[in-house]
Amino acid sequence: MQKTLKKYFVIFTVPTLFAFCLAFIVPFAMGLYLSFCKFTTVTDATFIGLKNYFRAFEEPDFINATLFTVKFAVIAILSINVLSFLMALLLTRKIKGTNLFRTVFFMPNLIGGIILGYIWQSMINAILYDYGTTLVANAKFGYLGLIVLMNWQMIGYMMIIYIAGLQNVPTDLIEAAHIDGATSWQTLIKVKIPMVMPSISICLFLTLSNCFKLFDQNLALTAGAPSKKTAMMALDIYNTFYGRSGFEGVGQAKAVMFFLVVATIALTQLRFTRSKEVEQ
Amino acid sequence: MNTKKTVNHFIFVMLCGLIVLFLTPIFFIILNSFKGKLFISDDPFALPTAQTFAGLSNYTNGIEKTNFFAAFGWSLFITVFSVIAIILLTSMTAYYITRVKSKLTSAIYYMFAFSMIVPFQMVMFTMSKLANSLHLNNPWGMVILYVGFGSGLSVFMFSGFVKSIPIEIEEAAMIDGCTPLQTFFGVVMPILKPTAITVAILNAMWIWNDYLLPYLVIGVSTNYKTIPVVVQYLVGSYGAKDMGAMMALLVLAIIPIVIFYLACQKYIIEGVVAGAVKG
Repeated sequence: MQKTLKKYFVIFTVPTLFAFCLAFIVPFAMGLYLSFCKFTTVTDATFIGLKNYFRAFEEPDFINATLFTVKFAVIAILSINVLSFLMALLLTRKIKGTNLFRTVFFMPNLIGGIILGYIWQSMINAILYDYGTTLVANAKFGYLGLIVLMNWQMIGYMMIIYIAGLQNVPTDLIEAAHIDGATSWQTLIKVKIPMVMPSISICLFLTLSNCFKLFDQNLALTAGAPSKKTAMMALDIYNTFYGRSGFEGVGQAKAVMFFLVVATIALTQLRFTRSKEVEQ
Repeated sequence: MNTKKTVNHFIFVMLCGLIVLFLTPIFFIILNSFKGKLFISDDPFALPTAQTFAGLSNYTNGIEKTNFFAAFGWSLFITVFSVIAIILLTSMTAYYITRVKSKLTSAIYYMFAFSMIVPFQMVMFTMSKLANSLHLNNPWGMVILYVGFGSGLSVFMFSGFVKSIPIEIEEAAMIDGCTPLQTFFGVVMPILKPTAITVAILNAMWIWNDYLLPYLVIGVSTNYKTIPVVVQYLVGSYGAKDMGAMMALLVLAIIPIVIFYLACQKYIIEGVVAGAVKG
């Protein structure tokens, strides 16, 4: 069968590969090369070695964006996962209306980042208006606003994955723990959490990559104001490319470092949590 | 048993409170979309009164300024055709690279998997320049680009599922004289249907909401603006001036999503769980 199918390479794979090369492979390779070049558009590049990388590190905005991203990601990942896990525990207790709760909590996840950002911007500004200030007056507001927004968006999504995980825990395991005299707390820590490790691993991966790569919500909520203090890495890279000319090379170098950071963190996390998963 | 009942009652009340909290932002924009633009900042959480009620003027304003219905049409066009193309093309590719074992096909598989962890900013600049030089700055060009960007996750998910289909079924079809194309569309595709629904939902969700790709490739000066692009365009530049139109536009932008969600809620939630578990 393989032999006959093999002849159909062109029909089965070439259309996808063509689009994939156009949208990803070629731009990726070009981007990698251009990060070592000085250029304003892709055709006028001259090789300058690592200069772009050094210049990126000389920028306080880039350092600040990196720190801001890490500070945001740590708190957002923790709060989203803890809260969504708690809600999943509540919703697996056979309470009436479970479906309605699930439906409502999941809904924000479907709304796009730009629209979410503006909904929250207008609401936070309305609250701060009473105190005579605005969202962009203080970087702290932007920081907290982003965390609340991200929680609002992702809790329902993670909750659904945790619910699926919790429902897969065999009931005889939990009953056995009860018969052996385990308290609900002990059952949770010693039985349920180890059994839902695959869900935890997935949720951490999803929140991690979403928080690090955040762009739309950041652009809509504060666009980095005041004075780029609330700009995350993706927005800083965007501003470097399109905000000022002559810095395209620096922008591309930042993008390569951004890619390396995201890939390293995501893969390390996957390897770490996968190693904690138990065989069922 | 009675204590458990009380606890559950307590949790029920708490969850109801949470629902109100969750829906507050939505109610907030709906409420204010019916107020005159000058009254919104006065008392943003109050219901519209006879004095502040603006009828549908914010909506007509927002629709006119952004040409919202055209944006809706282009968003729909790009999302629908991209999703159809992704399902058709990536399922075929995944089938081929799973069934034909060679160094080339496994290299292709790893490239698709690799593309999933690369952030968009890495290819943003070079991709939009390339797309412009190839004249892809139109809705059909966007479909091609979305096939390219969506293929990583989609091929990955389809391959995972193809592996679990017993090969004997396909061999039987081949012995009965089916060509590989007939086998794929007649035998494999129907089995892949649940995965296809998952892949369709995951892709539809991000393509519909995607802002940066259409903004960079199509831009704001053409007639092909999508909903996220017009929202950013109106609010980013005029937002401070016309709060009313902004609120109305935000409400309009989420209506299609809510309708779609309520209509295929079951598939969306199942699809998201299945997608997460396989990814």
